[in-house]
Amino acid sequence: MAMDYEIVVGLEIHAELNTDTKIFCGCKNVFGAEVNSCCCPICTGMPGSLPSLNEKVVDYAIKMGHALNCTINNVCKQDRKNYFYPDLPKAYQISQFDVPLCEHGYLDIMVDDQGNTKRIGVTRIHIEEDAGKLLHDDRFNGSLCDYNRCGVPLIEIVSEPDIRSSAEAKAYLDGIKATLSYLDISDCKMQEGSIRCDVNVSVMEKGSGKFGTRVEMKNVNSFSAAVRAIDYEAQRQMDVLRKGGTVDQETRRWDDMKGVSIMMRSKEDAQDYRYFPDPDLLTIVVDEEHVKELKDSLPELPGHRMLRYMKEFGLPHFDANLLVENKEKAAFFDEAVQFGCQPKNISNWMLGDVSRILNEKNLTLADTKLTPKKLCEMIALIEKKEISNNAGKTVLEEIIFSDKTADQVVKEKGLAQISDSSFLEGIVKSVLEANPKAVADYKGGKTNVAGFLVGQCMRASKGQGNPAILKELVEKEISKL
Amino acid sequence: MELYEKSAYELSGMLREKKCSAKEIAQSVFDRIDAVEDKTQAYITLTREIAMEQAGAVDEKLAKGEQLHPLAGIPMAVKDNICTKDVLTTCASKMLYNFVPPYDATVMEKLNACGTVMLGKTNLDEFAMGSSCERSYFKKTHNPRNLDYVPGGSSGGSAAAVAAGEAVIALGSDTGGSIRQPASYCGLVGLKPTYGSVSRYGLVAFGSSLDQIGPFARTVKDAAMLYQVLCGRDPRDATSSKRERPDFVAALDGNVKGLRIGIPVEYFGPGVDDVVKKAVFAAVDQLKAAGATVKEVSLPSTDYALSAYYIISSAEASSNLARFDGVKYGYRAPKFDGLIDMYERTRSEGFGDEVKRRIMLGTFVLSSGYYDAYYKRAKLLQHQIADEFAHCFEDCDLLITPTAPGTAFKLGENVDDPLKMYAADICTIGVNIAGLPGLSIPCAYTENNLPIGMQLIGPKFSEDLLLKVGDCFETIYGGFNTVAKI
Repeated sequence: MAMDYEIVVGLEIHAELNTDTKIFCGCKNVFGAEVNSCCCPICTGMPGSLPSLNEKVVDYAIKMGHALNCTINNVCKQDRKNYFYPDLPKAYQISQFDVPLCEHGYLDIMVDDQGNTKRIGVTRIHIEEDAGKLLHDDRFNGSLCDYNRCGVPLIEIVSEPDIRSSAEAKAYLDGIKATLSYLDISDCKMQEGSIRCDVNVSVMEKGSGKFGTRVEMKNVNSFSAAVRAIDYEAQRQMDVLRKGGTVDQETRRWDDMKGVSIMMRSKEDAQDYRYFPDPDLLTIVVDEEHVKELKDSLPELPGHRMLRYMKEFGLPHFDANLLVENKEKAAFFDEAVQFGCQPKNISNWMLGDVSRILNEKNLTLADTKLTPKKLCEMIALIEKKEISNNAGKTVLEEIIFSDKTADQVVKEKGLAQISDSSFLEGIVKSVLEANPKAVADYKGGKTNVAGFLVGQCMRASKGQGNPAILKELVEKEISKL
Repeated sequence: MELYEKSAYELSGMLREKKCSAKEIAQSVFDRIDAVEDKTQAYITLTREIAMEQAGAVDEKLAKGEQLHPLAGIPMAVKDNICTKDVLTTCASKMLYNFVPPYDATVMEKLNACGTVMLGKTNLDEFAMGSSCERSYFKKTHNPRNLDYVPGGSSGGSAAAVAAGEAVIALGSDTGGSIRQPASYCGLVGLKPTYGSVSRYGLVAFGSSLDQIGPFARTVKDAAMLYQVLCGRDPRDATSSKRERPDFVAALDGNVKGLRIGIPVEYFGPGVDDVVKKAVFAAVDQLKAAGATVKEVSLPSTDYALSAYYIISSAEASSNLARFDGVKYGYRAPKFDGLIDMYERTRSEGFGDEVKRRIMLGTFVLSSGYYDAYYKRAKLLQHQIADEFAHCFEDCDLLITPTAPGTAFKLGENVDDPLKMYAADICTIGVNIAGLPGLSIPCAYTENNLPIGMQLIGPKFSEDLLLKVGDCFETIYGGFNTVAKI
């Protein structure tokens, strides 16, 4: 009998912080600048240069610590992680080893649509500097170094091995990303590498509670890649075990294009980073009062907000989860519900047509002229049956990029819905005359052709007929025939 | 008396009284350099053009009647591990044989603002690792007091330059004695300041938790004048102290009445030459005669300080020197096969034996499984040593010890025996381990014309007291300012 296995996943997330300047020097912390234009003797580790800590980095990390319910070590130190690589110009990375700034936290993730949660432990959050980038250019025989990213502040968020599936991993990653976004401490742009993750995967016999040998996977560059990597790697390990083999402790590289993990180095080749306290930097001491101030400054966090949306507005989990995904969207929703429309209607529009338009044009809400008030005015027209749902879509296309209100667009385009039965009766009669076969079918018992007939009436009314009234009229007129 | 033989204090007065120009002073020193440099080999790089330009600028200011800093126009040598913008900074290593920093060390920015005249960059043991100045990739410096002998190290070039009259003052750096021991060997005043009082920004790091830049001079007052500029908070060095600095020159009031001197018995053990002990005790007696009181004290962990020092300094060095990898600047092996081979060849060819020895030692003590046994214990020992010093200062104002267990040794004498070489630092490293200030001043000369130094050690930030007592002894001694006859 084939053994049943359980997947065990731990995640290490690196998030670049969006401070104005780098962690140890005054260089601007920006993405996409000209190669080697945002670096100085300090971030490039020139002889004699010394780091001085940007205190904003500590504040940002403490905020994240609070958001993830961590203990804050307000007295901690920074350590050197020593290794050679050309993108690391000092040949050590300033990080934190045995005393991280934050530890013993957790994040609750939603595990089903009923609002049931699971608690994923957060082992630690520490601050460190990013390394540069190696560029490969075919015109040169070798690699080139871009040091702009050296000294960009990072936090590393390490989870406990509490995650049991790739879906849970995705929920955890989404939760971390949303939290970073709410705290406004990271740009969270995956495509710019501002969030990256290493994935630790092992499998264990179901119910045994005994962890298997862990494999670390590097080069996981998106959340969807993390899901693929976890599923692939867990399957690979299960296959090995089922064939009677053993899983080796190793580091593997995820190749997302090919969908496979490739061995990078074995446990024997594991590097000894020779951590020791960085003598160039003082012990970090954060005033207890300041730690509390930072806690008090936290905004409402996504997990809490999602539960509130489900409870207060009766939104399904699916909607609530998408709405809280980023702060901007959630704030838009919160403002919109104050204008008195049905929350579910607002959610439908935001997650439906609004999202579609934004995605098509690769924009965010802030790039448009849509305001919660304008959107709600449009929804209110639908709710009052003054325009049809379809007309609403036309209105949205207009108001999202202009200063026009829904009312103006409705008037300009003549989109107002016609509920006047005497006017609509004429349309219905002519449609029934033009479709004798459908009428016959209906009379013969195929009542579902009513939909077709209503559709024809809508078309004849140029979309302005009130569909509910049209349906009534169609049924009434046929019965008269 | 030639201009190059005068003290900075005297020259400063002469400039103001228009008895000479800054250019004449610089010229006098360069004439002396031309006359003796081939015998002393004190400099790696001479910056004649920069010096004459800086001197000219001082003369112009003087002509316009502008206010001058006391060190304006004073010719100064700089140890070649202190970064100087657009001027070669080699650390006496093949690894940095072509390294020209695009920035000044903080101390250089401060001194340039004062109008000091930079003569050049002086020789040292490679990356400041050594006690004789024989570990330089470029040359071996000779002791100007007796050319058969070493000038001490690692700041041997700076010490030799000042002793030979090839500079009036100089900058050194001291991680385990690298200012005080050469000051002692060359008959100079050398101050290793309290850790954190002088910015390390731009000092190529050796042992970051121990390194300090400090002054060399032929008189205590000159050392005080230079130290006045060096010390002070620098936001670019997180370890630099925010303390207000006193007026060190004004502190030199010549009074030692009621001064409580401690004599740590462990510093006068069997490893210390009798001639040295005798000279230091005689000097202490003279201070006693001037009104000081003297008592014996104990620093029981002194024997362990050397081990703690070599573990901590080597551990830090192994990390600090890792950046010299051939990727960005300095030496790169001409032939290699791939990245790892490039690293290995560059570092094998670029570093000298002593540096490699310490990198290996440091790498070992930081290795997983050994960290607790070595580095962690050394750090604990460091606290204990600091506590023992602090205990002594509960009823002593300062401690007096020999600066080195002996006088300068001959060139080549200890070169094949690293442990014997390390022992030359035995009297100075405790001060670095405890982060204290230490001042070495001459107290006698042997028959071979080799100077003997004595070391004044005070509590943290007691440089004003050390300089005051040193200045008082200088008066009793009849003046320290002698330029070596070469």
